[in-house]
Amino acid sequence: MPDQLIFGMEVFLNGLMAGVLYALVALGFVLIYKASGIFNYAQGVMALFAAMTLVGVMEGQVPFSHLINAVLGTDVHHFGWHLPALIGILTTMAVMVGLAWLVQKIIFKHLVGQEPIILFMATIGLAYFMEGLGDMMWGADIKKLDVGLPQGINIWIDETTYGIFGYGFFIDNLDIVATIIAAILVAILVAFSQYTKQGRAMRAVADDHQAALSVGVSLNFIWVMVWSVAGFVALVAGIMWGTKSGVQFSLSLIALKALPVLMLGGFTSIPGAIVGGLIIGVGEKLFEFAVGPLIGGATENWFAYVLALIFLVFRPQGLFGDKIIERV
Amino acid sequence: MKRTLITAAVAGIMAAAPAMAELTFTALSYRTGPYAANGIPFADGYQDYFTLLNERDGGIGGEMVNLLECETGYNTEKGVECYESTKGEGALVYQPLSTGITYQLIPKATADGIPVHSMGYGRTSAKNGEVFRNIFNYPANYWDGASVGIKHLLDINGGDLSGKKVALVYHNSAYGKEPIRTLEEAAKKHGFELSLLPVDHPGQEQKSQWLQIRRDRPDYVLMWGWGVMNQVAIQEAVNIRFPMENFIGVWWSGSENDVLPAGEKAHGYKALTFHNVGDDFPVFDDIQKYVVDGGKAAGAGDQIGTALYNRGLYAAMLAAEAAKTAQGIHGVSDITPAQMRDGMENLVITEEKMASLGLPGFGPSFNVSCQNHGGDGMVAVSQWDANAGKWSLITDFVQSDQDILNPLIDEDSASFAAENNITPGCN
Repeated sequence: MPDQLIFGMEVFLNGLMAGVLYALVALGFVLIYKASGIFNYAQGVMALFAAMTLVGVMEGQVPFSHLINAVLGTDVHHFGWHLPALIGILTTMAVMVGLAWLVQKIIFKHLVGQEPIILFMATIGLAYFMEGLGDMMWGADIKKLDVGLPQGINIWIDETTYGIFGYGFFIDNLDIVATIIAAILVAILVAFSQYTKQGRAMRAVADDHQAALSVGVSLNFIWVMVWSVAGFVALVAGIMWGTKSGVQFSLSLIALKALPVLMLGGFTSIPGAIVGGLIIGVGEKLFEFAVGPLIGGATENWFAYVLALIFLVFRPQGLFGDKIIERV
Repeated sequence: MKRTLITAAVAGIMAAAPAMAELTFTALSYRTGPYAANGIPFADGYQDYFTLLNERDGGIGGEMVNLLECETGYNTEKGVECYESTKGEGALVYQPLSTGITYQLIPKATADGIPVHSMGYGRTSAKNGEVFRNIFNYPANYWDGASVGIKHLLDINGGDLSGKKVALVYHNSAYGKEPIRTLEEAAKKHGFELSLLPVDHPGQEQKSQWLQIRRDRPDYVLMWGWGVMNQVAIQEAVNIRFPMENFIGVWWSGSENDVLPAGEKAHGYKALTFHNVGDDFPVFDDIQKYVVDGGKAAGAGDQIGTALYNRGLYAAMLAAEAAKTAQGIHGVSDITPAQMRDGMENLVITEEKMASLGLPGFGPSFNVSCQNHGGDGMVAVSQWDANAGKWSLITDFVQSDQDILNPLIDEDSASFAAENNITPGCN
């Protein structure tokens, strides 16, 4: 088999894995948009905030320590504990639920019925507020995140493909774990929305707020629940991306990788986020592999958007998005 | 009551007057935003050194130092706003701490007669002081870094790189592209094969680049990265088991922030530097005594001795020494920005001077002149010891290949002079 074809296969597989990571971020956007019609600009910052909180809790960091020390003249930084990852994740989840409740109570409860652009602007404000809050709570330093996930080349795949092709494929163990987690997450989310009372209520709210209200569905509860689930998805994305690069401010920029996925997969479809992520991941990686060297490289960022735009031309609602029908 | 308040306010101002600062320096820092983790230690080092001078020496030449800190968030527009809002305060010199801001300030500061010190960043050809009269980039620039990186590879290969493969992983920006011409010239001269691997901002996803490195198997990888790109690149190198001792980053890819997320696997990673590392220098005892223990440290006091803190401290030290030089030349203690420029242009850094400042061996010796605003291009290589959790220098400060660099600097500065109707020369 020609070398380029073998290399292309490796790139294809890595594209799939990268796509799963993009989809993890896109899922959070989809959940909130589906239930409330809000394009949540703060989703990337939520991933950052969740990851910072997780590290802070696990490492026993005192939140707002710089502020406390500056005001009270104390010198407290750590509680002196190191918690297991599971406790850290559960505690962080509780924080994200609390945040969801606050967001609903303080911001969106007062914006029911407003134009989508107003809601979008509110999420921009929320994003910048959360950036500042995270910075004040946990500091701006780069934090190592270790929840015990494996990293590095998968030896079995390397050796197996070497036996077949004479060239060992590189697949990162972390990407494999991310794929498994994403699959479980999607299965749970689909099952939740299809087979639970709360899930059906969520879909009812997504279809028609007024109708859902008229049959006794609590809009407040549903939105808090959706923001909490989106917070959980953000935490998962934050763990995966934070393990790769350390937890730092730039983590919030992973939202940029989700936008073409949403354009392609549709803003309202959970499977669409996954399929869109896979198409974007594979497309950008193969384009970089095949065409990048001819035109100077660094094509991935812009090619993802080109790919999404091509799909948009033929299917404006995205691959799996709801078709927009306006009756006159 | 109103009169009492006004009287009290005036009395307060008058009482404070004798203690008011006379020499104004600016710190265009970024303690917030995506690069805050790097901006904070630099800003702390810069501020702490001036605090030390005030507390220990009573300022510079008898004049207290007033440091104006302005937050840029590493944003070029905000950086220019900071410049515009502080230049009227009598700022003696600007340290923009960003290549983008530096490019914007080159014409503005030149027109305003205020010197700019872009230390280890900015426009490389500003080394030519006959064209860039108010811009200084001593003691080293990006081209010096690229050249010394190759010199290091020559050293560890017995002086012969022919047939070797060197890859450059770089931030796909003006900054990241800076070393390319130098490396291309070095590749011609030394016979190695150079491959270029750009990484788009911010650099969170680099799988394609590192798969290519795994396929092409270069002998060495150089990196011109920034922010999250550095951490991801080092982690990806670990993942593909690229030998860390063959991976060399520029000084902006060589802080503790860059290697710590990868843990012990980052052991052996190398970085170029134009100043020393660690806190084993007498000046740090004084900083502890006069600044930290006195409760006057810029931050929490936990950054002292880190690579970027040391860089900030080194920049402040060079600014203070230039101010002293200016005071000597002009015979006044309360110098102006124009006089500060003269001080910078006549700055002489010797090992004796460094030792007297409590910084023996901390940086290279160099002279600045009208023709040469960039020093002698002395750069060293440091290496990360993950077990000890610290950097250490593994080479002396080595001069870059002037045969390659001087023609490039002449060409680029001549082009700038032609575009801006500047007649090169010394006043």
